[in-house]
Amino acid sequence: MSNTLLELSTLRKEFGAVVAVDDVSLKVGDGEFVTFLGPSGSGKTTTLMMVAGFQKATSGSMTLGGQPLDPLPPYKRDIGMVFQHYALFPHMTVLKNVAFPLEMRKIATAEIARRVDEVLKLVGLPDHGERYPKQLSGGQQQRVALARAMVFEPRLLLMDEPLGALDKNLREHMQIEIMRLHRDLGITVLYVTHDQEEALVMSDRIVVFNEGGIEQVGTPDELYENPGTRFVAGFIGETNFVNGRISSVSKHMAQLDGPAVLRGRISEGLNSGTAASIAVRPERMRISLPEEKAPPGANTVTGHVTDIVYLGRSRNYIARLNDGSEMTVLVQANVHGLEAVGVGAEVQLSWRPEDSKILAAG
Amino acid sequence: MTMWTWIRVMVCALVVIYMLVPLAIVLIISFSSAPFLTFPPPGLSLQWYDKFFSDPAWVRSLLVSLQVMVPTAIMATVCGTAAALGLSRSAFRGAALINGILMAPLVVPVIITAAAMFGVFRVWGLYGTLPGLVLAHTILTIPYVLSTVGASVQLVDRRLEDAAANLGARPWTTFRRVTLPLIFPAVLSGLLFSMVISFDELIVSLFISTPTVRPVTVQMWSNIRGDTDPTIAAIATLLFLFSLAALLTEALARRKSGQPDVL
Repeated sequence: MSNTLLELSTLRKEFGAVVAVDDVSLKVGDGEFVTFLGPSGSGKTTTLMMVAGFQKATSGSMTLGGQPLDPLPPYKRDIGMVFQHYALFPHMTVLKNVAFPLEMRKIATAEIARRVDEVLKLVGLPDHGERYPKQLSGGQQQRVALARAMVFEPRLLLMDEPLGALDKNLREHMQIEIMRLHRDLGITVLYVTHDQEEALVMSDRIVVFNEGGIEQVGTPDELYENPGTRFVAGFIGETNFVNGRISSVSKHMAQLDGPAVLRGRISEGLNSGTAASIAVRPERMRISLPEEKAPPGANTVTGHVTDIVYLGRSRNYIARLNDGSEMTVLVQANVHGLEAVGVGAEVQLSWRPEDSKILAAG
Repeated sequence: MTMWTWIRVMVCALVVIYMLVPLAIVLIISFSSAPFLTFPPPGLSLQWYDKFFSDPAWVRSLLVSLQVMVPTAIMATVCGTAAALGLSRSAFRGAALINGILMAPLVVPVIITAAAMFGVFRVWGLYGTLPGLVLAHTILTIPYVLSTVGASVQLVDRRLEDAAANLGARPWTTFRRVTLPLIFPAVLSGLLFSMVISFDELIVSLFISTPTVRPVTVQMWSNIRGDTDPTIAAIATLLFLFSLAALLTEALARRKSGQPDVL
């Protein structure tokens, strides 16, 4: 990570008796794309609002480029923001909207015209300057909001669920566009979303929020492959959990006694004898008939198929184990030999121990 | 058309006639050639308008009304708008109480407000003065501005003000460039309403004015009680046209900004 641009230290925000944000500390590097991911009410938006200056932290502090941010009112922070519903000024044309932050900075008229023109080209709306926001489509309004937040070259760009109001295709298109702008312009972005897929696609690093605190921080593949808690494993991507009790712990691996003896990587701080869950992704698992021999060393459980969900490029087999827990196995369309496996069939599920992780029981 | 539609049309027509006929009669009498209030008039003339504008007592009272109306409308609009913004944008303790006090003149019987002002203004030396009338009318008209502008402020997305601040606008600039343009139709109608109300106000003015500082409504009142001639109809017509003009302006401003009419 390059130089730290934004640093949050033990931020806390209370609304009356409710603690919305609790002990949030984070460093964001210059040029990084960091996403706050979490369910609604997890504190991610409140944290963003404190960075923008619309909410005052109850305690804790923030610095931007080494300077304390807390004493500055929002209009002196020099932080761009794209609001959830864009918050474009309805009584101003696109040109006036985008020129607004430059006018506030008392930039010369000719220079304003040049920069507005440039940024509207950048977001692909060069000919829409004379329109009013309500004459634009949702996607176009989104681009204007982006242009307005970037035109004054802020040190930091905040985005509060900016794509939430768009339909799926447009959302995917805008994701790529935002990533391209981030890459080309090198701006630092703090992005808030509750959409885990969006977070995985766009981010350099993801900060997972839960119940007001940070659950885990990591790159998308770190979080996906190596979740630190059951919440993270369940929130990012699909995960199967099987419960049991840890029976032995070696260096990085542990053994869990559940419906069968299962081995997996262990997360820190877990000891032998504690109740735990083993987590494994559906696409890491194999399904086969019980008489087939599993690869040596693999974790195996047996159960029977309760549902088969056809998804086009893949199928999901849902199996119930003897202890009652359900597991989903994703099978790519190019895998053959499962024609005999129908609903009700006895099956064997297997996976490599390295592909699973033992986590504290939720 | 069904029977019910007919009945509805009839009821509406009756209400309109009931409301408009007295106005029409006054309007016609104001052009009467007879020296007393009689309907229908025996002939037409402009003599009562002429009498109104040539009688110093009437002209003086008209001037008093205008001198009270203009500062009243400005003060009520500024204070009412500021109060509407303050009360809706900052949730402090006692906001509801302040709102209640400011709206009180609408609820408290006017005669009580008038008697109270009479008592206080005599002590404060505001009795029978222009500033006294302006202050009284401002208090009476603030509720109208507060409620119209207050409703409009509620409709302005707070995020727009946040966005302006985020883009570098100080609070005053945010108000001038974002909030005010968005609530402007309501501010304008508050201004026009306070003009009309101040110009039409009788009861409070009756209590705190003197023969030397006397608004046109009070002059009309004493005229009706004394020698009644059609001058009163002429001035009533002028007042009516003034109110009509104000309300039409208000409706036009709203239509232009795409907001629903209050009329």
